[in-house]
Amino acid sequence: MALDRKTVAHIARLARIKVRDEELDALAGELSGILAWVEQLQKVDVAGVEPMTGTVAMDLKMREDAVTDGGIRDKVLANAPSTQGGFFAVPKVIE
Amino acid sequence: MTGALTDLTVAETRAGLKAGKFSALEVARAHIRAMEKARGLNAFITETPERALSDAAESDRRIARGEARPLEGVPLAIKDLFCTEGVLTTAGSHILDGFKPPYESTVTAQLWRDGAVMLGKTNMDEFAMGSSTTTSYYKPTANPWTRRGDNRMLVPGGSSGGSSAAVAARIAAAATGTDTGGSIRQPASFTGIVGMKPTYGRCSRWGIVAFASSLDQAGPMTRTVRDAAIVLRSMAGHDPKDSTSVDAPVPDYERALGKGVKGLRVGIPREYRVDGMAREIDLLWQQGVAWLKDAGAEPVEIGLPHTKLALPAYYIIAPAEASSNLARYDGARFGLRVPGKSLTDMYESTRAAGFGKEVRRRVMIGTYVLSAGYYDAYYLRAQRVRALIARDFTQAFDRVDVILTPTAPSAAFAVGEKADDPIAMYLNDVFTVTVNLAGLPGISVPAGLSADGLPLGLQLIGRAFDEETLFRAAEAVEKAAKFTARPAGAA
Repeated sequence: MALDRKTVAHIARLARIKVRDEELDALAGELSGILAWVEQLQKVDVAGVEPMTGTVAMDLKMREDAVTDGGIRDKVLANAPSTQGGFFAVPKVIE
Repeated sequence: MTGALTDLTVAETRAGLKAGKFSALEVARAHIRAMEKARGLNAFITETPERALSDAAESDRRIARGEARPLEGVPLAIKDLFCTEGVLTTAGSHILDGFKPPYESTVTAQLWRDGAVMLGKTNMDEFAMGSSTTTSYYKPTANPWTRRGDNRMLVPGGSSGGSSAAVAARIAAAATGTDTGGSIRQPASFTGIVGMKPTYGRCSRWGIVAFASSLDQAGPMTRTVRDAAIVLRSMAGHDPKDSTSVDAPVPDYERALGKGVKGLRVGIPREYRVDGMAREIDLLWQQGVAWLKDAGAEPVEIGLPHTKLALPAYYIIAPAEASSNLARYDGARFGLRVPGKSLTDMYESTRAAGFGKEVRRRVMIGTYVLSAGYYDAYYLRAQRVRALIARDFTQAFDRVDVILTPTAPSAAFAVGEKADDPIAMYLNDVFTVTVNLAGLPGISVPAGLSADGLPLGLQLIGRAFDEETLFRAAEAVEKAAKFTARPAGAA
């Protein structure tokens, strides 16, 4: 399936990656090429086959509902590009 | 003596330290010198020589007290995908600029617990997406091997290419890698070393930068099968912090060695004779069958009929999981931030500047196949095909104990040779990716040289959680192949 410029711009928006207008055609070509190649899966008969989400059949373990970590604010913030008063700082969200 | 110290295997280092033939500090210094001398390979993103010396000093104290641990004094290189506390961890990406994890990955914590010495963090394809270590923000790594009569720089495979180059060039006795579609085994094949991907769930993924969570698995890269068995034992084990790690005892893999392969049934999948595969690789494969037969194993032709669907299924599933995992790189909490007029603008600008082309391509493919209206047609269908691929293996393992295949369809290629066609690059993983989809263990063993003098590997695939049989068969191939060639670029 070939993607057009508009679809590529939409995907970029969903993926939160800024793509310049002049890049759209080349990207549409690359992504369409990959999608055309994976198209061969459409021919496979998968009727009655359950989707495989993991390789090891096991139940998730239960644990006690208790606090196991925390109280490490400075460690959590240590790599932040910008902090303010013990919080991550980002551009204003609400005017 | 110091020249020889970098040639020692993990097992030899362990024995020499125990016998007092040399100290851990001498071993560490020899490897640090090798690392400095081989900087032209660009195998490391971060070198940690001071850390290596202090680790080694502690090892010497332990040895003196008679309290040596399983990997005491063994110098290791760590793929830069493992979070190491206080040490820059980049995943080969610009977007993790300056990131010093406040925690240690479970796998590396276990290696340090067992006395290993840390040399540094190795280069890799960005976020482990690639088969050549050319997509790294930190420039490509060179393969220490070159073609006979041709000094062009070759790739060390990928994504664990810094690790494979470091082990092949005798900079590190062993290294960690991770393997999502072949990223341990293919670089091992390209550099003439052993690379082992354990069963999914064998090693904890906690603290390893995530690429495709249902496929990612850590494993050892070494120069011998025995060393892979030794290092895996320290890496493996249940971890409550990774709900997909399996709560099962870790065997002493070394004890599986030396038992031979008499009576072992070895599957030879006819679908792995792919179009365009080099004739010398087909011949090496036949040679491998003959070696195992001579050692007493029984070759059995098997069918894995859905093999050709594995790569297309992988290139839906892996990007889908990656697009979700990589959503966390938003410029807000760690790594690179490119300022923006609004929060969304900051996200979009940061991710545009921080991700390289291959990562952007995969995140966008993943976003698309998960988006409304396409989820069933792409993602769900790929997961159903994945089930068929896994079923092929289950049926094959009713008849055989282990499967033998080539590791990769070619020897190492030159930088840039496959760069303009993403799908040509993806085909590197044609023999390895099925193993990740089925969650099985696989190992690449150096088995011979190509006509122009480059290493070629054979792959063995085992039953889930039967790494022991896999090591036994790998040892038989190793013994028969007698691979002693070493790269010109070795220290």
